[in-house]
Amino acid sequence: MVELTLPKNSRMTVGKTWPKPEGATNVRAFKIYRWNPDTGENPSLDTYFLDMDKCGPMVLDALIKIKNEVDPTLTFRRSCREGICGSCAMNVDGINTLACIYGLDEIKGDVKIYPLPHMEVVKDLIPDLTHFYAQHASIMPWLETKTNKPATEWKQSIEDRKKLDGLYECVMCACCSTSCPSYWWNSDRYLGPAALLHAYRWIIDSRDEATGERLDELQDPFKLYRCHTIMNCAKTCPKGLNPAKAIAEIKKKMVERTL
Amino acid sequence: MSFKTDKGRVLGLGSANEGAHHWFGERLKAVALIPLTIAFICIVAPLIGEDHATVVAALQSPLKAIALILFFAVTFKHLEEGLQVVIEDYIHGKGTGLVLIVLNKLFCWAFGLAAIFAIAKIAFAG
Repeated sequence: MVELTLPKNSRMTVGKTWPKPEGATNVRAFKIYRWNPDTGENPSLDTYFLDMDKCGPMVLDALIKIKNEVDPTLTFRRSCREGICGSCAMNVDGINTLACIYGLDEIKGDVKIYPLPHMEVVKDLIPDLTHFYAQHASIMPWLETKTNKPATEWKQSIEDRKKLDGLYECVMCACCSTSCPSYWWNSDRYLGPAALLHAYRWIIDSRDEATGERLDELQDPFKLYRCHTIMNCAKTCPKGLNPAKAIAEIKKKMVERTL
Repeated sequence: MSFKTDKGRVLGLGSANEGAHHWFGERLKAVALIPLTIAFICIVAPLIGEDHATVVAALQSPLKAIALILFFAVTFKHLEEGLQVVIEDYIHGKGTGLVLIVLNKLFCWAFGLAAIFAIAKIAFAG
C-alpha cells in the first residue's frame, strides 16, 4: 500500500554534532542516520567530521574511521570491502550503493548516509533483510533437474554459459529492490528486482529442467507483474547489472509459452 | 502474534497463475491504438462544425463506423486494464481496492458501451 508520508516513529530529528578533528586542514562533514531501538526515540541525523588527509578513499573507509576513532556505537554491516559480499549496502548521497566501492570523490559537499529506503531498521544503517532473503529462497535458487544425475558434471556449452553473464554476478545486496517504488508499496507480494533477476538466472540456465514450474510460480499479478520498468534497479545496481531487463525477459517467456 | 515462517509468508496463497494475458493484452491494445487513434482523428476532425446531416452521412459509411467502434472498444478496454494496474499498485485488495476495481470495470464498460451504441445508432438509424 502506498505511503506518502513517513510514519510518526520514522520522522527525522536533528542529532548530535560531533567535534571536529584537531589540527586538521582538510575536513569533511558526514551526516549519518542514527536510530537506536533501545531508546525508543525517533531517528536522528548525526554530524561527524573527518580529517580527509588521514582517511581512505571509499565511503566505507570513512564509516570505519568514524567507528574506530569517533563513535564506536555507529552500527553498520561490512565484510569484504571489495564489492563481493554485498553487506555494506546503504543509501549514500541519495543513491543505493555499496559503501566499499563508492568513492568519496564522487560526492559533492557533505556526505549523507542513510539505511536502504523503506525497510524496517534494525539499528542505524542496518536494515532488516529477513523478508528480502525469504523472497530469494522462494524462487528455488538452485539447479532443479529431472534427468538422472550424470556420472560426472552437468555439462553446459560456452554459449549457454554466456547467457548467465550479467545475472550470476548479483551479490544480493538489496540496493535494487529497495530503490524500486513498486517494491516499496507492494513488497509483501511483489518479489522485487533482485529475486526476479535470480529467478531468471535459473530460468535461462540450459541445465535446469524446471523452467515450466519456475514460470508457473511467477505468473502472478503481484509476484512478477508489479514491475513497471521504472528502471531504478538498473540505475542503482552497484555491480552494473540490469534486473529490469531480466524481468522483461521473464515476461517475454510468459507470452512465448502461450502463443 | 504469528509464528508463520518467513518463507511461508512469502509463498502466501501461491501463484494466481494469471497475469500474462492481462500484461500482453494491455500492450497489444496500446499498439493497436496508434493506428486507431489516427483513424479516429482523420474521421472526426473533418466533421467539426459540420451540420447534423453531414455527420450522419459520414458515420453511415461501414468502414468509418467500424473504425470508430474499434477505437472506442479498444480504448475503454485498455483504460480498464491500465487503471486496474494502477489501483493494484497503490491500494491493497480486500476493502477499498476491491471496490475501486469493480467501479473501474463498471465505469469503463458502461462508457465504452455507450460510445459504441451511439456510433451504431447513427450508423443504422441516422
